[in-house]
Amino acid sequence: MMAAVPAGAPAGLDARPVYELRNVTKVFPKRNVHALDRVDLTLTQGSFASVIGASGCGKSTLLKIMAGLLPPSSGSVRLAGSQVSGPRRDIGMMFQQATLFPWRTTMENVVLPIEIRDGKAAANAKHDAAAALLELVGLKDFANAFPNELSGGMAQRAAICRMLITEPAVLLLDEPFSALDELTRDFMNMEMQRICMACNATSFLVTHSIQEAVILSDVVYVMSPRPGRFVEAVAVDLPRPRTLDMITTPRFGALVDRIRNRLDRGAFL
Amino acid sequence: MTPTHAQPAASSADTVWTEPVSLIDRIPRSIAMIAMFIAFVAIWQLVVLSGLVSPIILASPKETLEQIVFVGHNLLIGDYMLGALWITTKEVIYSFALAIAIGFSLGVMVGETGFGERALMPYLVAIDTMPKIAFAPLFIAWLGFDIHSKVALATFVAVFPIVVGTAAGLHAADENARLLFKTMGASRLQTLFKMKLPTGLPHFFTGLKIASVGVMAGAITGEFLGGGKGFGELIRVAASQLDTARVFSLIIYLSLLGLATFGAVVWVQRRFVFWQKSSVGGNALT
Repeated sequence: MMAAVPAGAPAGLDARPVYELRNVTKVFPKRNVHALDRVDLTLTQGSFASVIGASGCGKSTLLKIMAGLLPPSSGSVRLAGSQVSGPRRDIGMMFQQATLFPWRTTMENVVLPIEIRDGKAAANAKHDAAAALLELVGLKDFANAFPNELSGGMAQRAAICRMLITEPAVLLLDEPFSALDELTRDFMNMEMQRICMACNATSFLVTHSIQEAVILSDVVYVMSPRPGRFVEAVAVDLPRPRTLDMITTPRFGALVDRIRNRLDRGAFL
Repeated sequence: MTPTHAQPAASSADTVWTEPVSLIDRIPRSIAMIAMFIAFVAIWQLVVLSGLVSPIILASPKETLEQIVFVGHNLLIGDYMLGALWITTKEVIYSFALAIAIGFSLGVMVGETGFGERALMPYLVAIDTMPKIAFAPLFIAWLGFDIHSKVALATFVAVFPIVVGTAAGLHAADENARLLFKTMGASRLQTLFKMKLPTGLPHFFTGLKIASVGVMAGAITGEFLGGGKGFGELIRVAASQLDTARVFSLIIYLSLLGLATFGAVVWVQRRFVFWQKSSVGGNALT
């Protein structure tokens, strides 16, 4: 049976639930795959949660359901009090690839979600807000540059701005920095923490990296495959803001070990 | 790295080590091209002088140059050759425009709709594998000896690369871009116009470049087989009179029309696909 998963509200934060999944199950009848089994998840305002698990454990399915790209077979998916039944502007998403469009300047890429939802005039009206976001991520001078002038890390910063421009209630991060080299990745993770704290964002990260999950998260959900379910929620009690130095502390090591043990067992259950 | 402590005495070894480049590799492109041209003309002249080939079959470089001057003069003063060139130019412009309109529409149907792909694509592939020039007599029978039959043939030859280019372009967008547009709640038309079509432009232009070559071939073939008053007819008449020098010179002027068409496509591509770095360079067809 599934271990009882406590809703991870980090101490000291406003514990208002933003995103709630109750008993979410997903079955693909055609392929006879039981992708998700009774997943419960609560994201509270300003918290950062991660899900970690081996490839094929249902992480992507979970994220697609949370993004409104895929309907659950059963269970309830509620964001800010209303059922998620499709893509929504209050869901911000980021992928492994920045996917900036080369014929648009950085600024035009950032306001693209507004242009799609509200038209060009509304997008133009958002240029000031976009400029503020670009400044927040350190791309102020690249607003009018084209994406082929940006490095991989810079492109992902622009993608962060594009995700934030609609002022989403929740950020869904699908291995956002895993295509970057390790040095850039560490740096971008620290940037992500800074940006999330600055915006008091509620974030949900899917990752393969235990270290990345621990350094960023308040709670790490360990997922096991076939069917995909949470086997444990590990609360990370390291103080914020986190720094890369913490990676060498015994507490960090203990958390990593604990997650790794859960993953190993989960994979062979 | 400076090996100071290893070789303290070797101060004269400060010169930068350079990779040896052979003399031939240092010749700039313009010089190389001119040298190649001179070599080509020299071999041509030698073959003519040797008497191995009858002068009726192969005109000498000098005769050809005279004909180039003659035809050029005729074109410049606006004589009958300019009229013929204008007719062929019109055929090329009309058929290229038609091929773009039809090819793009079919390409969007095939590339964007599953039904189009299932219903149309097999026929398009089947027709594309046929030798399209072989349809020339049919077009002449249907449309007569006027410009229409030539435009039809040239359009027919040029339309397929554009269909393929457009359809391939619409499939070029990667899964990430599609997913991103889905999360933004984009409609199908928004996805098409704001993402798929711009992403596919390089493929579309590759199709256009191939088509710009095909449109010339189609127009000239139509004129060879269907008569009329175009430049192809001038070539056919000169060839039937065994005036090879005239044929050469006419082909050279005709190729200018082909270059202009191709160049126009490249120019438009550079303006619209400015983000694509190497739009022409050494690899002209990509």
